[in-house]
Amino acid sequence: MAALGAPLRTLRALLRELRHAAGRSYRDSPAYHHVLAAFRAHRVTSEKLCRAQQELHFQAATYLCLLRSVREHEALHREYHGRGERSPQETAGLVGFRLPQQPGGKG
Amino acid sequence: LPRRPPAAAGSCPVGPCGRRAYAPPGERKRFYQNVSISQGEGGFEINLDHRKLKTPQAKLFTVPSEALAIAVATEWDSQKDTIKFYTMHLTTLCNTALDNPTQRDKTQLIRAAVKFLETDTVCYRVEEPPALAELQKNEWDPVVAWAEKRYNVTIGSSTSILGPNIPASTRETFVSHLASYNMWALQGIEFVITQLKSLILSMSLIDRHITVEKAVLLSRLEEEYQIQRWGNVEWAHDYDLCELRARTAAGTLFVHLCSESSTVKHKLLQD
Repeated sequence: MAALGAPLRTLRALLRELRHAAGRSYRDSPAYHHVLAAFRAHRVTSEKLCRAQQELHFQAATYLCLLRSVREHEALHREYHGRGERSPQETAGLVGFRLPQQPGGKG
Repeated sequence: LPRRPPAAAGSCPVGPCGRRAYAPPGERKRFYQNVSISQGEGGFEINLDHRKLKTPQAKLFTVPSEALAIAVATEWDSQKDTIKFYTMHLTTLCNTALDNPTQRDKTQLIRAAVKFLETDTVCYRVEEPPALAELQKNEWDPVVAWAEKRYNVTIGSSTSILGPNIPASTRETFVSHLASYNMWALQGIEFVITQLKSLILSMSLIDRHITVEKAVLLSRLEEEYQIQRWGNVEWAHDYDLCELRARTAAGTLFVHLCSESSTVKHKLLQD
């Protein structure tokens, strides 16, 4: 079984990611209810190495990875790849030129 | 992805700040307020306001698992002003499973998946630089050993350009193992294999032997080695890393949600 750490930590991080994704009303979202219900349902067990509990934890950790990676990817995209093309003026300005002013339009 | 400008003759329309004024394809404005789930005949459906979500081929979007439906609904609800389809990996996977655009049946999917074993990343070793060869040995040997033990097969590794020699019995074992998954889960498995470029890493992940982060790290081992040596470029390396993690996590979650029954088994109290 993969090394996952404490389930409580995963749960807290997952709920934080859901808050990032949903905004103010994240506590009403179906995802929030589902995650909490799933964790509660698997809390009461007499076995230390309950397989269903481990499976749930793995699933939660995977979902956490998904939400976190999507958020980080989007942030990187916005910062580096989301600007669109530069205008001709900006492109010329990159090397210190200015576009010529032609009276009566081009060509 | 190619971006085509609008079909206007001559120059493109220029916006107020001098920028080209077209919305890149792959994004459109969010046109709905509320996202909800409902249960229909074929499974769980997604509602955007009063409209039912459809696939690209206009089929009704139904999924077999409630948890999956909730996750898809969360994807749609977390879109802000524009819908960024390239971030909605679970939706994309469901669409692929429903539409099957490559029109492959179960046998073809399994064959495509097992074929990857011949060029499996963790079996393909370098001889130099020695540091990288050592790193590959230390990081990849355990995973190969795990797969050999778990599935009772011989895989091995190779420094030859032809790759490892996979015995037919090994191939058959994986074929019959994958046949135990349903069509939806198989789409997910094949997706994860294509992302990680490794059947062994994918099975290791799906069998919950390693986490998504670890699987991605092992898949990108050489890149990570080069990054350690030459430096990290955020807008390329981290960008690719996050995207690979997102897709792999989505694929793994998809496989698990499509291949389990989500009933809580109550343990009888033992004296």
